[in-house]
Parts: sequence; C-alpha cells; structure tokens
Amino acid sequence: MSTLEIRDLHASVTDAAGESREVLRGVDLAVRAGQTHAIMGPNGSGKTTLAYAIAGHPKYTVTQGSITLDGQDVLAMSVDARARAGLFLAMQYPVEVPGVSVSNFLRTAITAVRGEAPKIRTFGKELREAMEQLQMDPSFAQRNLNEGFSGGEKKRHEILQLELLNPKIAILDETDSGLDIDALRVVSAGINRFRDDQAHGVLLITHYTRILRYVQPDFVHVFVAGRIVEEGGSELAEELESSGYERFVKAGAAA
Amino acid sequence: MAGLQGAVETAPVSRLHERQSFDPADFPVPGGREEEWRFTPLRRLRSLHSELGPGDGKVSVVVDAASGVSVGNLEHGDPGLGTAYVPADRVSARAFASFREATLISVPAGYESAVPTWLSVRGEGTEGAAFGHTVVDVQPNARAVVVLDHSGSATYADNVELIVGDGASLVVVSLQGWADDAVHLSHHHARLGRDARLTHTAVTLGGSVVRLAPSVRYAGPGGEAELRGLYFADAGQHLEHRLFVDHAERNCRSRVSYKGALQGSGAHAVWIGDVIIRPAATGTDTYEYNRNLVLTDGTRVDSVPNLEILTGEVAGAGHASASGRLEDQHLFYLMARGIPAGEARKLVIRGFFGELIGRLEVPELRERVTAAIEAELR
Ligand SMILES: Nc1ncnc2c1ncn2[C@@H]1O[C@H](COP(=O)(O)OP(=O)(O)OP(=O)(O)O)[C@@H](O)[C@H]1O
Ligand SMILES: [Mg+2]
Repeated sequence: MSTLEIRDLHASVTDAAGESREVLRGVDLAVRAGQTHAIMGPNGSGKTTLAYAIAGHPKYTVTQGSITLDGQDVLAMSVDARARAGLFLAMQYPVEVPGVSVSNFLRTAITAVRGEAPKIRTFGKELREAMEQLQMDPSFAQRNLNEGFSGGEKKRHEILQLELLNPKIAILDETDSGLDIDALRVVSAGINRFRDDQAHGVLLITHYTRILRYVQPDFVHVFVAGRIVEEGGSELAEELESSGYERFVKAGAAA
Repeated sequence: MAGLQGAVETAPVSRLHERQSFDPADFPVPGGREEEWRFTPLRRLRSLHSELGPGDGKVSVVVDAASGVSVGNLEHGDPGLGTAYVPADRVSARAFASFREATLISVPAGYESAVPTWLSVRGEGTEGAAFGHTVVDVQPNARAVVVLDHSGSATYADNVELIVGDGASLVVVSLQGWADDAVHLSHHHARLGRDARLTHTAVTLGGSVVRLAPSVRYAGPGGEAELRGLYFADAGQHLEHRLFVDHAERNCRSRVSYKGALQGSGAHAVWIGDVIIRPAATGTDTYEYNRNLVLTDGTRVDSVPNLEILTGEVAGAGHASASGRLEDQHLFYLMARGIPAGEARKLVIRGFFGELIGRLEVPELRERVTAAIEAELR
C-alpha cells in the first residue's frame, strides 16, 4: 500500500524579475492508497505550486522539508523518475506540444512507465477502450498533443493518461474546471474507476464542491498562503461553499 | 518557441537582385561585406568565388528517369541553356561558364506520373572545383517529380533551371546529403507559366558549407510556388538558404516554409527570404516563415525575411521568423509522464520537423529523411 508523505515543505519560485518568493510555507500531508484528499483554497494560495513541487517542475525550488513515496526520497528523483515511481499530475493547464501525436506520446509514456513497449495490437485496443469510456472521439489519437483541444478536451485527455499510466498516487489540479455538466460526470467516473480498487491515492485540488459529490473525499484540507490551515471531512467543503475562505484567510495570515 | 529574432535591415529586395550576367567577369570578387555574401564564410569556399575558369574536380551525374521522361546532354552554346535563368552572382556565372556538359530532363506535354526522375550527383573528392548545370523542362499540362540527390565529397557550384509550362506541375526535392567536407553553392531557378505549380523542397543535412538559392519567377498569372526546406546544422557546418520569390504577374501565390535545427559549436544557419511584389502583381498571395530550433550553445542563426510590396492590391502578404530553444514546458509535460529527458527531447524535435517530412511527396524520402534526422539526434 502506497503512501505519499509531505513534511514541512517549503518551496519558492523565481519570478520574471529574478526575485525569489516563498510560495509554500510548511506543508504537511500524507496521502495513502485508498484515500482521497481534497485541497481547496483561494487563488494564488499555492495549490498548483504544491502539485508542481511534487512533480518536480524546474521553476519551483524546494528549500526545506521532504517528500517521500513509500519511503523513497522523491525530491532526489528527476521529473521522469517520479512519474515512473508512481506519481501522476493531471495539470491545471495541460501543455500543447506541436508535432507530437497523442497516440505516439501515449505509447512512449506507457513504454517508459511500464518498462516495456505495449504490443501494437493490444495498445490500439486498450487506447480505443479507454477513450470510449471517457467519450473521446478516436480521432484525438491522431491529433497533436493538446494542440487546439478545448479546455474540457484537455482535461479528459489528462484523465485518459491517468487511467492508462495507472500511477500509485494521482494529483489532480483543477481537473473539474472548465468541464460542462456531462463532461464532469464522465471525468469523475474515470477518477472513480482509478480509485475504486482502494490501491490508489488521490489528491484532488478544486474550487468547487460539485466534483466532490461525484468523487467523495475522505479528507478536505483548506489551503491558505502556502500551507494547510484546517482539515476536516466533506462537511468542511460544504462550509467553504457557503461562507468562503474569509475565516481561514485571517487565520492563515496570522500564522 | 521562445524569443523572436528581429529581421536585420537590408536593402530593398528589388535592388538586391538587379544584377544578372552570363559573364563571371561582370561580378567583382566578393570581399564578404556585400549584402549577398555577408553571411557566407568566403575563406571556406576553396576559391570558388574568387578564381575563374574551369575546374578539375570530379563530380558524376547519373540520371534514372521515370519512363516517358527523356534525358539528354547539352553543350555550351545550346539555345536550350539559360532561357529561364541568368546568373545572379559570380559563383553562379562561373558555374554557367565552366560546366562540362549540362543535363536536360524533359517532360512531354500532358505527361503525368508520380514516379520520380532521380538525378544523383556524386562528388569524388574535394580537390579541384567542379561545375554543373541542369535544365528540367516540363511542357504544358504535364506533371512530374524530380529528385536531386547530392552525396560524397566535392567543391561544387551549379545552376538548376526549372521550366514549368502553362498548367504544368513540378515537384522537386533536393537532398544535400553531402559528406562533412563538401562545399556546394547552387542556384535553383524556376520559371512558372500560367497556372503552373511548383513544389520545391530542400533537405540540407550534410556538407561543410552549403549555400542554396532557390528562386521563382512567374511568367503568367495564376502560378503557385511552395518552397519548403529543412536543415540540421551540426558543429562547424554552415548551411545557407537564400529564397527569392519575384511576383511580377497577377494572381500568383507563394508559400515559403523553412525549418532548421542547430547543435554544436560553430553550427551556422542562414535563411534569407526575399519576396518582391511588383506593381503589376495585383492579387498576389504570399507568406513565408522560418523557424529555428537552437539545441546547444555556440550556434548562430541569421534569419532575414525581406518583403517589398510595390502594389496596393495584394490578397495577402506576410512573414514570420522565430528562433529559440526547446521549450521547458514541452519537456516537463513529457517527462511528467515518465518519458526520460533525452527521449522527450527527441519527441519534440521529431515533432518540429514532422510536418514538413510528412509533406514530402516521395514516400521513400519520408523514411530516409526521418532516419537521417534520427541519426542527427543520436
Ligand atoms: N512561475 C511563476 N512566476 C512568478 N510567480 C509565480 C509563478 N508560479 C507561481 N507564482 C505565484 O505563486 C503564487 C501561487 O501560485 P499557484 O499557481 O500555486 O496558486 P494556486 O493556489 O494554484 O491558484 P489558483 O487557484 O488560481 O490556481 C501566486 O501568487 C503566483 O503568482
Ligand atoms: Mg492553481
């Protein structure tokens, strides 16, 4: 059973002017297989930074603290090694890569993560079925990676990758943003297929309780000014929905 | 791609291409400051640009013609020579004056075939200069494919005249797959008849110095020219492409699409995109772009689009030039899916060239060029 453990994580980003700024200010969090954690927090509080720091984005520098996956030091791993170790980040803004087809990309990624190339025949079938479940048109396989995809199509494509790469722990950064009502249901079903076997952990970053009705979290964390300021169950999400972050922002600023 | 590179100010296109002559002596020896020579490393040309007279270098030309296409040789003074093109610089004039025998490829009127006529130009050594001349004459309403396949070691200058008759269509792919020590300076000039169509693709991967100047002139309205190119400059390689599209007739179209990558110390790519739309050329539709992918430090790119518009009535006219490194965002996305850095880099570079390779009209060349790019990435 896998555990992603984050302890006292501090991280900073260097802005365009070359100024370094601390964005994460001591994050403590453990995500275990079989658990779903939701993180909610105001814009700019550092949720995406946390996701990127876990994935190893080169723009963000971890200055203090640790991240481990089943006891292994994640911070010592390259970006690709983290993915192969079983971490997956569904990005808030998936990147368009011109000239690289979705199917070529997926085959290369699957080969890297599984350690062997999938057989052409089985790969075709696997891809077709996974796309069908997410109600993605098969023609997407031939298109360039995320190029010209609508916001919602990009998010479906992230979940397609989640299902095909089958990581140990998935971090989903606002996967629900920009999805229409039907798409939200389709994407939520994908996330639930992934987590239903209790062998996977999910860290779900969101602004809305709507997705939490489909993907019920075991824990809800309130994220303010670079750290977690409150933890609770689903009822915490409902409270946030009705009264906002005001009470927590004050607490966060005081900390 | 990150970072736009601005165009360097140059003289008006009209003035740059004014001088033309069959007599090499009409062109002074370039010193390196002239607009048309300022990017070229003259010292590495093995006197191609300075001396005159015939050379004793060895370059063999072998033609494997598609059935129905005829091949012949032309001697100096043949009226079939220089009908489409008058040399525009000293090396080109010297090549015209000094070739031993010109190759004529003629495609009869109404002929139609996608089978390429293959012209293999093979250099046998860099000692002594060699000169060549090729005429491709496509009669009205014919369709043909010609591959110019350069390989081996040489110090070589040549001119290629492409005559595309009214309503005819010609596809040319020119492969510069030279050995590392080759020097090759070449002009490919096309004259397009009414409603004629030309697709010309330069694939320049080999050679020490390659300077290729594809140019197009329309002899009637309705002509269409697609000029594409891809190149990969390694350490010490100078690869220069000088495009010139002369719109003097109405309702003609041109597209110039060149992409290149550079890696290694002293890799130098030059791309000049001269386009002129003369007063009579109303309804012209033109667009040109050049993109360069800078893979390492120590490389140099000079990319100069130059568009001169002398009529008020164009259907479209634009240009773009961008040079930059691989995007961190692209690499991060691929690596975040478990793909190792080296593999991610290759995927992005393959993707960069993929579109142009996919448009190569000769299927076996798609494989060959893909493999050649792959070899560059190893
Ligand atoms: N590359 C960067 N350059 C400069 N500032 C950055 C960079 N990345 C993040 N920041 C800053 O760090 C802070 C946290 O950003 P982050 O994207 O993590 O917020 P978030 O909680 O995900 O917000 P949202 O809910 O809007 O997605 C913001 O103030 C942001 O401007
Ligand atoms: Mg965010």
